[in-house]
Amino acid sequence: MTDSKYFTTNKKGEIFELKAELNNEKKEKRKEAVKKVIAAMTVGKDVSSLFPDVVNCMQTDNLELKKLVYLYLMNYAKSHPLCTDCEDPNPLIRALAVRTMGCIRVDKITEYLCEPLRKCLKDEDPYVRKTAAVCVAKLHDINAQMVEDQGFLDSLRDLIADSNPMVVANAVAALSEISESHPNSNLLDLNPQNINKLLTALNECTEWGQIFILDCLSNYNPKDEREAQSICERVTPRLSHANSAVVLSAVKVLMKFLELLPKDSDYYITLLKKLSPPLVTLLSGEPEVQYVALRNINLIVQKRPEILKQEIKVFFVKYNDPIYVKLEKLDIMIRLASQANIAQVLAELKEYATEVDVDFVRKAVRAIGRCAIKVEQSAERCVSTLLDLIQTKVNYVVQEAIVVIRDIFRKYPNKYESIIATLCENLDSLDEPDARAAMIWIVGEYAERIDNADELLESFLEGFHDESTQVQLTLLTAIVKLFLKKPSETQELVQQVLSLATQDSDNPDLRDRGYIYWRLLSTDPVTAKEVVLSEKPLISEETDLIEPTLLDELICHIGSLASVYHKPPNAFVEGSHGIHRKHLPIQHGSSGPAAPVDQPQVIPSQGDLLGDLLNLDLGPPVNVPQVCSMQMGAVDLLGGGLDSLVSDPIIIMHPTLCGWKNIIYVLLSNSWSGPGLISVDFLLLLAVLNFCVLQVWLPAAKAKGLEISGTFSRRQGHMYMDMSFTNKALQHMTDFAIQFNKNSFGMIPTTPLAVHTPLMPNQSIDISLPLNTIGPVMKMDPLNNLQVAVKNNIDVFYFSCLIPLSIFFVEDGKMERQVFLATWKDIPNENELQYQIKECHLNADTVSGKLQNNNIYTIAKRNVEGQDMLYQSLKLTNGIWILAELRIQPGNPNYTVKNTLNEKVCPNLWPVLYNIIWMQLWMYYS
Amino acid sequence: MSVSAVFVLDLKGKVLICRNYKGDVDMSEIDHFFPILMQQEEEGLLNPVLSHGSVYFMWIKHSNLYSHALSKRGTSSYSDCLCVCVYQVFTEYFKELEEESIQDNFVVVYELLDELMDFGFPQTTDSKILQEYITQEGNKLEVAKTKVPTTVTNAVSWRSEGIKYKKNEVFIDVIESINVLVNANGSVMSSDIVGSIKLKTMLSGMPELRLGLNDRVLFALTGRDKGKTVAMEDVKFHQCVRLSRFESDRTISFIPPDGESELMSYRINTHVKPLIWIESVIEKFSHSRVEIMVKAKGQFKKQSVANNVEVRVPVPSDADSPKFKTSTGHAKYVPEKNLVVWTIKSFPGGKEFLMRAHFGLPSVENDELEGKPPITVKFEIPYFTVSGIQVRYMKIIEKSGYQALPWVRYITQSGDYQLRTNT
Repeated sequence: MTDSKYFTTNKKGEIFELKAELNNEKKEKRKEAVKKVIAAMTVGKDVSSLFPDVVNCMQTDNLELKKLVYLYLMNYAKSHPLCTDCEDPNPLIRALAVRTMGCIRVDKITEYLCEPLRKCLKDEDPYVRKTAAVCVAKLHDINAQMVEDQGFLDSLRDLIADSNPMVVANAVAALSEISESHPNSNLLDLNPQNINKLLTALNECTEWGQIFILDCLSNYNPKDEREAQSICERVTPRLSHANSAVVLSAVKVLMKFLELLPKDSDYYITLLKKLSPPLVTLLSGEPEVQYVALRNINLIVQKRPEILKQEIKVFFVKYNDPIYVKLEKLDIMIRLASQANIAQVLAELKEYATEVDVDFVRKAVRAIGRCAIKVEQSAERCVSTLLDLIQTKVNYVVQEAIVVIRDIFRKYPNKYESIIATLCENLDSLDEPDARAAMIWIVGEYAERIDNADELLESFLEGFHDESTQVQLTLLTAIVKLFLKKPSETQELVQQVLSLATQDSDNPDLRDRGYIYWRLLSTDPVTAKEVVLSEKPLISEETDLIEPTLLDELICHIGSLASVYHKPPNAFVEGSHGIHRKHLPIQHGSSGPAAPVDQPQVIPSQGDLLGDLLNLDLGPPVNVPQVCSMQMGAVDLLGGGLDSLVSDPIIIMHPTLCGWKNIIYVLLSNSWSGPGLISVDFLLLLAVLNFCVLQVWLPAAKAKGLEISGTFSRRQGHMYMDMSFTNKALQHMTDFAIQFNKNSFGMIPTTPLAVHTPLMPNQSIDISLPLNTIGPVMKMDPLNNLQVAVKNNIDVFYFSCLIPLSIFFVEDGKMERQVFLATWKDIPNENELQYQIKECHLNADTVSGKLQNNNIYTIAKRNVEGQDMLYQSLKLTNGIWILAELRIQPGNPNYTVKNTLNEKVCPNLWPVLYNIIWMQLWMYYS
Repeated sequence: MSVSAVFVLDLKGKVLICRNYKGDVDMSEIDHFFPILMQQEEEGLLNPVLSHGSVYFMWIKHSNLYSHALSKRGTSSYSDCLCVCVYQVFTEYFKELEEESIQDNFVVVYELLDELMDFGFPQTTDSKILQEYITQEGNKLEVAKTKVPTTVTNAVSWRSEGIKYKKNEVFIDVIESINVLVNANGSVMSSDIVGSIKLKTMLSGMPELRLGLNDRVLFALTGRDKGKTVAMEDVKFHQCVRLSRFESDRTISFIPPDGESELMSYRINTHVKPLIWIESVIEKFSHSRVEIMVKAKGQFKKQSVANNVEVRVPVPSDADSPKFKTSTGHAKYVPEKNLVVWTIKSFPGGKEFLMRAHFGLPSVENDELEGKPPITVKFEIPYFTVSGIQVRYMKIIEKSGYQALPWVRYITQSGDYQLRTNT
């Protein structure tokens, strides 16, 4: 035995024993061991080597033990293997540690990462530094505040000046990522010196690094054209990079800075020339890459068609291209079509139209039509190509051709009517709504030249109710046109279609259009002719161009998802309201007033045929002030008293209000200001009718002489059904009684119907029936539908009517402020809806006053950044609360309403409910 | 702007490998991918960028695998290029990328994914360099001598130091592919040449190379004006080539990667006479037969010979009982592809050959409309470039001063060579 044994026992000694105990199977033993460790720690012994074993003990339900382990952790966190690895001599391990640290997404631990990270950011090995740079971005994602407090952002900025290009690239990437969540902070301080550093690094770093740097460069705004040109000169070589992503990023930078260069300079022209070949080469990549490239080229072609105008051939479709590539190529081909190349393009398109892929063929046929509209000289050739295609008798080709021929007629009226006969031959084979509608439109439009137009249209009328709405609407209009052109023979036909549209249809759009035509025709046929047969504006060249400001924004996003989707990032990226929108730089030039770029005029896409109602579909919306006259009218209606209302087969109208026609007219023309609004406006019209006027619920013809008209109202906290009973029969009526079917709100009459005296022929009586909502509930469709049965001595009659929801707004709908706040927060997002109220010129106080009168209460008012925010609540009789936030921007007549339900309402009912409520609210607001 | 996660799926949509880079996307989002893919495919709207809610899938399909980048933020569309790169790296590691190879090597795959991207930022996708520090065994990390190759972060990230060869050589292949699209009436719709210069470098140390071509722009710059020159429309270079230098004086100078690599590619957009011209008459007599007559003519120099020429003529899918007659070579019916393949082993320039084929058609006609696939041609012409491009010199300078030999080979081949037919 030597003395060395002391050393060995010493070595094993306490620590060794503790280690064994910590790994003991028995809980008690482990607990004891941890206690010993803590004891040792407190007296100053180094027990850090036990770290992994102690951490193992963390998994326990024993609170006491847990606390002890945490105590240990706090003391020795620094000796965590991750932290120690950060000082490993091997840079690979250091980098691995720092990379992994950032991936532990636990807020509490991040604190311990700061020190090692700081060291790694200054590491001698570039591999570690580049990894550390990215780690800062990771950390920022977990705890932004800490990253700022610890000064890591400054360290990152220092790295931009690093000697190693990879480190620079990663620092740029990290900073860009971070600045996305800080839109205003000028994190990436882009000044000429930094730009210079970036440009130098650009030449040396890897392909992906180049992308980060190029993306960053594209956010820089050069101070003058000289600087812009010098940056362009240094970016241009990147166009020769083999990686398509690098090329796209370089194209983005160049496209942006081109804005700053004077248009007549030599350099500008050379640069445009240089852009074309790389874009063409992008098309030789994998199909997926081709697709991305094509989507971007589509934008570039719209912005600067001159770049690729010579290259149309490369967009000719190959047989083995995937369908998504084919469709994109086709789109670009049309954009590049011009007089110079139209013959070639048409030959290609005709070739495509005889392929087998239905989607592609359709698009090809459509493309021929677009060429005709775009290149006037080619129109004739296009039309004859289309006729050739119609001769093939392939069903879908014929249908598509007819749709585009309609558009050609719109662009060149009275030029190609000779082909109508050929089109009519194919009438029977049309089975798609688009094609049927197009054919009907053509027949209606040229009714005077088609001998048997009435027969043709009549043939469509047979199955009127099986047609789609689009066809029904077009057919209605076409027959009205026909009637106005050939009144003598078609009276019966027009009456037939009007009654089909108004009486037998459930579609509000169709019904309303029918009513309007009916009124127009019955009151003033001359005006009707003027309105319906008015001269139509020609359709423009291209209706599918991207709107110029959006296009400019998208150009700034070349190479990103936005450019693939052709939508600005904030339209599809969640939580990106912080992202500030990018703009193309503006030339602060000496070249005088900015020369107007000859952008083709862009017309926002319209709800195809809906607007065709008055044959003005692409006409400008009628001016705003007229809307006010409508409101005046509406008020007048209420004030005019109900006695003077004259009955009418369709609606009861105020005789003094000859402005009605105008009102309807204004409403409709307003609806053209945007697609999607139209049915809302029709609903509004319904709401107006519902609301202000007694509506005929039960016509005399259907009830053996009893006519009932009525409306609903709310007075002094009670709901009433105001009805007018008229006896149009020859005998007197007695023994009236009323009953409601089960309905969505459980509405029943509070008292029986009180008609005490017999109702003599030609006499009427007004009744106010008090209502309550304690009856049985059954969900109706639409929600506010009410079915009523009325009995008298003759028979029992049934009718149904719509209850305006506003009568359910109870007087105690004012929510406590505190409750409001709490509830507002708790409501899940999916119950939230936004709605814009257009053209409302009231200030916040008037609005809240008006709303108060209708039991919509303002809970709080705030002024945020110059906008008035009203927080409002209302309560329905069934106890459902609806909360709303109304945002009023001074000077902007559009209000944004965000409203929420605090109860789970059946999701598909909610939009309906919502529409009805807000239609009525809009009335109040105005 | 970065990628949130990367997935590799098998054909049925089962996840083989996934790597979450940012943690901002629920990993179960991938379950939505496959249904969407199927749905879009059915509707004919399939494209390489799909979305579900706020998540976007950028995907590519290779043999039997889907690989993806998945993103939440406005990801750059480099993701598609990235997928391709990831795929290339995997192939170089595992030879063939199959379900099995992924599963067998999942440790290495994770390690690679880790190195390829960090927090969604692509880092290094050069497999040669990756192979230096991520090895098949996957356990070398503990061995202290594994250092980060300086190449990872170097300005020269594609070549390691200390390479040694006994015999210093470099092989240069100039390959030109001809893409042609000919209309049914015989007019050339589009034609271009895509050229590529490939290197096989076996050189020691850090050699500095300079490649001289008969580039028209260069000749114009230097005022030289003799011999044939070539105007290259668009040139793409391997990252080793100094792009700024090329931009300023058209010099192609570089430090080459070791082994095989594609140094540059170029595109020439001139009207090339299609090297092999095809005239075809395809007559279809419904319910009875199809008669095909194809004439092929070599429109290139008499001294050159095209090898392994294949003319692929489409036939209706319900054709039967083939009969052929050829003036040279032999024809074969490939029913699974609905093609007649006419093979001619060697096809001298200026010659003309003929093939006739006869097929029967069933009396009951196929209802489905068939597409009109074009005739395609494959060929190879050695010792010849259509564009006339030439390697004038390859200068190799290394500080040790060794002598090295460059070897040059030229070949012209068919690229996307399509001739539309009438029927």
